[in-house]
Amino acid sequence: MFAFFSRRLVQAVLVMLVISVIAFSIQDNLGDPLRELVGQSVSEAERQSLRNQMGLNDPFFVQYWRFFKKALLGDLGTSYFFKRPALDVILDKLPATLELVFGTTLIVILFSVPIGVFAAIYPKQWFLRLVMGMSIIGISIPVFLTAIMSIYIFSVELGWLPSFGRGETVELYGWTVGFLTRDGLMHLILPCTALSSIMLPLFIRLIRAEMMEVLESEYIRFAWAKGLTRRRIWFLHALKNTLLPVITVGGLQIGTLIAFTILTETVFQWPGMGFLFLEAVNRVDTPLIVAYLIVVGLIFVIANTIVDLIYGLVNPTVRLARSHPEGE
Amino acid sequence: MIASAWRRFLGSYLFFSFRRDRIAILSFVVLCTFFLASFSASLLAPFDPYDPIQIDIMDSEIPPVWMEEGDQRFLLGTDAQGRDLLSTILYGSRISITIGIFAVLLQAFLGISIGLVSGYFGGRLDNFLMRLADIQLSFSTLMVAIIFLAVFQALFGTELYEKLAIVMLILVIGIAEWPHYARTVRANVLAEKKKEYVDAVRVIGLGSLRIMFKHILPNTLSPILVISTVQIANAIVSEAALSFLGLGMPVTKPSLGSLINSGFEFIFSGSWWITIIPGVVLVVLVLVMNLLGDFLRDVMNPKLYKD
Repeated sequence: MFAFFSRRLVQAVLVMLVISVIAFSIQDNLGDPLRELVGQSVSEAERQSLRNQMGLNDPFFVQYWRFFKKALLGDLGTSYFFKRPALDVILDKLPATLELVFGTTLIVILFSVPIGVFAAIYPKQWFLRLVMGMSIIGISIPVFLTAIMSIYIFSVELGWLPSFGRGETVELYGWTVGFLTRDGLMHLILPCTALSSIMLPLFIRLIRAEMMEVLESEYIRFAWAKGLTRRRIWFLHALKNTLLPVITVGGLQIGTLIAFTILTETVFQWPGMGFLFLEAVNRVDTPLIVAYLIVVGLIFVIANTIVDLIYGLVNPTVRLARSHPEGE
Repeated sequence: MIASAWRRFLGSYLFFSFRRDRIAILSFVVLCTFFLASFSASLLAPFDPYDPIQIDIMDSEIPPVWMEEGDQRFLLGTDAQGRDLLSTILYGSRISITIGIFAVLLQAFLGISIGLVSGYFGGRLDNFLMRLADIQLSFSTLMVAIIFLAVFQALFGTELYEKLAIVMLILVIGIAEWPHYARTVRANVLAEKKKEYVDAVRVIGLGSLRIMFKHILPNTLSPILVISTVQIANAIVSEAALSFLGLGMPVTKPSLGSLINSGFEFIFSGSWWITIIPGVVLVVLVLVMNLLGDFLRDVMNPKLYKD
C-alpha cells in the first residue's frame, strides 16, 4: 500500500518538474524582460551590465533554480498587461472556471448514473434506445458547435437565456459565486449544458457497458438466487462494481475537461482562466502564460493523483500489479 | 491478382455484414461523396475562394437560395467577405480531411513502431514506454495541442504561423495521439508472440526487425483499421476546435473550423448560415466516420473495446 502511494507521488512530482521546466523555457525564449523594463532608450553597455545584475546571462540551470525557488513561494512574475502578480490574476479567475466545472460535474453525475443503469437493465426499452442513439450523435458534435448552436437557438432566436458573461455574482468568503443569484444561474445554464453535452454521452455509454457486464457476472446471479430484492441487487451490488472503471475514465477526462473549458469559455466570453489564457497568448503576456501552465498543471496533477489513489484504495489489485497486465 | 483479391473481398464476412447493415452502407456512401467532392473541389466549386478577383465584398452576407433574399449564384449563401459558402466549404473540407488523414498516418507510424517494439521486446523498455503512454493519454490531445500551438504562435508571430499552420496541426495532432495505436498494437503483439509461427521464423534465424514488421504486423492489421476510422474523425474534430480558437488554419485559407470561427460573430446579427452550415457539414462528416468505426469494430473485433 505504502509503496503504491509513494510511487504515485514520485510520479506526480516528476511530471510537475517537467511542466515547470517547460514553462520556464517558454519564459526564457519568449520576450525580453529587460525591454519590458527599460524600453529602447538605454545603451548597449548599460543593457549588458543590467543583464548581468539581473542574472539573465547565467547558465540555464542557475536561472531555472532561481525560477523554481520563486515559484515554490508562489511568485510567478508580474503580468505585463495587468501590472499585477500573475498568480493573483489567475486566482481571481479561478472561481469562474471552477463554477463551470462544478455545474458540469453535477449535471453529468445526476444524469449519467440513472440513465446508464436503466439503459443496462432495460436494453430494449424505446426511450433508452433513443437516448443511446442520441449519445453517438452527441459524441460526434464538437463542444464549441453545441455551444454556438445553443446560443443561436436559446438566446438569439428565442431570447430566453443570456449568451455571454457571468451575470450578477455574490461575494462569499472572498470567492465570487454565481450560483446564488437568479441572474448568475441563468448565465450558467448554457455553458454548463454545452460542456456536459460531450461528457454526458461518454459516461452514459461507459456506465451502461460496465453495468451490462456486471449484471452477467456470477455474484449477481448468486444474489438473485439468494432472493434479494431487485432494487438491492441493481443499486447496491451491481452499481458498486460498475463505478470502479468509471473512476479511472473520469480521471482520464480531466485533461479533456480543461481543454473544453477553454473552448466553452471562448464561445461564451466566460471570464475564467481559459479565456484569460487565450487573451494572454494574443498579447504575448509571458508571465501570465507561464503562470497558467503552472497552475493548470498543478490542478491537473493533483486531481489525477487523487483519482489514482482513490482507485488504489477501492481496488486492491492495482496495488499488487507491479507491471502492466498482459493484453490490456 | 487484383481480381482474385477483389473476389475474396466480395466473399468475405466483412462484405457480407456490410451489405446487410443499412446504416453502414449509408455512412459509406456519404463519406465517399465527401471525399470525392472535396478532393475535386477545384473542378466542382463554382468559385475559387483563394482568388481575390472572384470575391466581391458587395456580395457579403447573402443568405442561402431557399431564403427570401437569396441569390441564384450562391447556393448556400456567402460569408462576411463575400465568398461563396459552398465553394469555401468544399475547399475547407479538403483541408480538414487532408489534415485528418496525414495526422493519423503520423500517429499510426509512431504508435505502430512503439507498440511493436514494446510488445516484442517487453521488460523494462515495455514498462517505460507504456508508462509514457499513460502519462501522454492523461494529458488530453486537445490540451497539449492548445498549449503547444499557443506558445508556438506567441514565439514566432502570427505571420510565420499562418504559413506553417497546416504542417504544425498535422505534427501536433499526429504526435499527441500515438498511445492509442501503441496500446492496441502492443496488446496484439503480446498475443501473437506466443504463437508457433513466430517461434518458427525465429528458429530460421530471421532478425527481430524482420519478424516484427513482416510477420507479426500483418496479423495486427484489423484492429489498426478499426481504430483508424475513429482516429481520423477525432483528428478532424481536434483540428476544427484548434482552428475555432484561432490556433489553426487562418481565415484566408479556411478549414471547416476556421469557417465556423469566422462566422460566429455574425450569428448575433442573424446571419446564421455562415456558422451553422459549415458546422452541420462538420458534424455529418464526423458522424458518418464514427458510425463506420462502430460498424467495423462490431464486425472485425468485437472484444477490442468495451463501450
